[in-house]
Amino acid sequence: MTVTASPDTTAAASSASSTGLKFSGLQLRLMSIVGFFLAWEIAGHVPISPAFPTFSATIMALLEMVFDGSIFLAYFETLKPLALGVGISAFFGVAIGVSMGLNKKSRWLWEPIFVVLQASPVAALIPLITYAYGIGITAKTVAVIILASPIIVLNTYKAVGNASPVLVQMSRAFQGTRMQEIWKVIIPNAAPVIFAGLRLGVAAGFIGVILAELLITPTGIGDIISYNRSIAKYPHMYAAVLSIIVFSAVMVGLLEKAEVRYFRPEKKRGH
Amino acid sequence: MKIAGTEIPPVFSLLIWIGLWEIAGRMDLAFILPPFSSVIGELTTLIARHDFLAAAWQTFQAFAIGMFFAITGGIALGFIMGTSKTANSILGMWVNIFASAPLSSVVPVLMLLFGLGQLTVVVIVVLFSIWIIALDTYAGVSHTSNSLKEMGRSFGANQRQLLVKILFWAALPEILAGVRLGLIRAVKGIVIGQLLLSVVALGRMFRTFSDNFQFEEFWALTLILFVFALLFSTLIGRLESKVEYYAGTRD
Amino acid sequence: MNSAVLEEVRSPMNKAIHMPLSDENTPTNPATDIVSVRGITKYYGEDVHALENVNLDFPTGQMTTLLGPSGCGKTTLLKIIAGLLETTSGEVLVKGKAVTSPGPERAFVFQDFALLPWATVTRNVAFGLELTGVPLKQREETAKSYIDKVGLSGFEDKYPHELSGGMRQRVGLARALAVDADVLLMDEPFSAVDEQNRRKFQEDLLRLLSVEKKTVIFVTHSIEEAVYVSDQIVLLSPRPGRIHSIIRPELDRSSSPDDIRRDKVYLDTVEEIWGNIREYLD
Repeated sequence: MTVTASPDTTAAASSASSTGLKFSGLQLRLMSIVGFFLAWEIAGHVPISPAFPTFSATIMALLEMVFDGSIFLAYFETLKPLALGVGISAFFGVAIGVSMGLNKKSRWLWEPIFVVLQASPVAALIPLITYAYGIGITAKTVAVIILASPIIVLNTYKAVGNASPVLVQMSRAFQGTRMQEIWKVIIPNAAPVIFAGLRLGVAAGFIGVILAELLITPTGIGDIISYNRSIAKYPHMYAAVLSIIVFSAVMVGLLEKAEVRYFRPEKKRGH
Repeated sequence: MKIAGTEIPPVFSLLIWIGLWEIAGRMDLAFILPPFSSVIGELTTLIARHDFLAAAWQTFQAFAIGMFFAITGGIALGFIMGTSKTANSILGMWVNIFASAPLSSVVPVLMLLFGLGQLTVVVIVVLFSIWIIALDTYAGVSHTSNSLKEMGRSFGANQRQLLVKILFWAALPEILAGVRLGLIRAVKGIVIGQLLLSVVALGRMFRTFSDNFQFEEFWALTLILFVFALLFSTLIGRLESKVEYYAGTRD
Repeated sequence: MNSAVLEEVRSPMNKAIHMPLSDENTPTNPATDIVSVRGITKYYGEDVHALENVNLDFPTGQMTTLLGPSGCGKTTLLKIIAGLLETTSGEVLVKGKAVTSPGPERAFVFQDFALLPWATVTRNVAFGLELTGVPLKQREETAKSYIDKVGLSGFEDKYPHELSGGMRQRVGLARALAVDADVLLMDEPFSAVDEQNRRKFQEDLLRLLSVEKKTVIFVTHSIEEAVYVSDQIVLLSPRPGRIHSIIRPELDRSSSPDDIRRDKVYLDTVEEIWGNIREYLD
């Protein structure tokens, strides 16, 4: 383990390892990705478990599913309840969160229950959902909602509750009414954190829909996992899991970019 | 919230929700939702049941072992990331990916690789919680002001002393926050694991209850899990507030 | 306070003048004093006694500074006058009428700028007008003219994070001027600006105010700043805040800024105030 020689070393994109080689951060990351796939490939050839395909076999299976379109169909099925569920959670969640941030009574009523929900493994309720809502898109949407709402509500509440007191005072100093204060100052001030909460809500909702697919209704990408496991087509199963990880990383990355671009221009490179 | 001039703590709003639950149950609004009172009745029976205690103990063991590895591993990972720029640029990417990835999709793979027993539960606990612990530890270490580190070095502290006497304590508030979040994630992971792995311990109980429409028992078990998660979270939260006093003045 | 008393107090030598203090029974004179405060006492909660029985008059068209060490309640008093804080007792009179909330005759300049980070300079300067319902085109025109006056033309479409601290404060000042209030309330406006720019700001402010003709109530903890810019300095003593004395520097402002800062009256006044304050420092 190397320790940076002095805190003033501008790490920027380069680091000198003890062997004197210089690689940029980006190159190191790419190398680690390649290294990971290489290790996977090698491990797959070691006969520890019949259920562990090599990296190359997994990629082949992935490409097969891309070319026959089955993976796109699967994601389309999965994304429907995700979008619906996140949309509903966002609409009601932001509304509740804002009211909690502005109104003490609202906060008293909603905060404890959402804190409990946020800390609890609500996934335990997913099997129950089938009994109530059947095995269709409704059940999956409900699963998304129960996983995504707490985090959206609590983030929104935190954002609104922490609205800059100076800006609020400034609005009052220039004779702003309470309504103007809320819409022109507090909510724009809270917007970046609200959006971050939505991003986390999307990630949580994604977990919800996958779980619902694994547990209840065999559709979408979750089904690809279950089905291929049941018929021991392991490369396809792993390919589906890999695609989920990649998809999630890309989705979150895009949302982060959007967040910086629209809400935090001061964090953009070059400013 | 005040009634007749006395301040009612927010926790009491939960009573309103419980009350709604009770009413909904009695009015038979949804057959999956029995009245809260009958759930509580079942809960007391459940706790005394032999098979529940055995299952809970089994699960708890796996949880404790997993958390041990997750905490030690996560803190170590976080320190490595926080003290080495090279390590940070590589590991940072992976830790971030795994921290926000839907790990539940990996659980079926784990079942394949590690079987359907306790080992898988331990792996799940580690997998779900180690990343957030590492991230928060890293945040704590990297936010330690440079002047603290320089002060240590100016008085001749070596690497180990810096770590143990300064960095660890300076980062402790964030570490505890990470452990708390990791705990919550681990419990969620266990539940997900149990749900998918429904042949073992608590998972088997869940499955039995829901297959046989024993909803009181199902909710009772769920409540126990919820309370467990909350309890742990609050305990760590208490620890956190004990070290919070210096969190604001570390620079 | 009649002019006979004033004659008596004016000393023959060119020196700072000490003004007599008012009490709660001194009648107010809205004709000469646009803002008056009587009997202002302020407690935060039960324990913190911020101000005790403050009685002051602020002459129209002049710059009065509230000066004192930390804890003397000067910002509290300023915010009470602005209508942003409630008094525990006492009243604030603006143009002869008691006020308890912000109004169109008073405009505030904040210590840490308080700009909307998501709005352009133009929108920020026009914000006060936006809140009082002035139509878009009109308020943008007004904003642009004040952006010019504070020397920020060309930066209309920039965002606060693209501006330096000094520029941000000029936006705050333009915003306060744009609403065309009679009284400007400035809360340590230059404390977040670096020393070199601070002097320039003081000079620019005086130049601007000689054109705009406002009454200014200014809070600072810098003695040099107070003596340099003010017509009248109110010295407050801390815990609880009380009026210690009122001083009129009586500087000859016809000379250049640099000469003023070396003028004997300027330097003597600074020393005298420093002597008074010293006993209150921790």
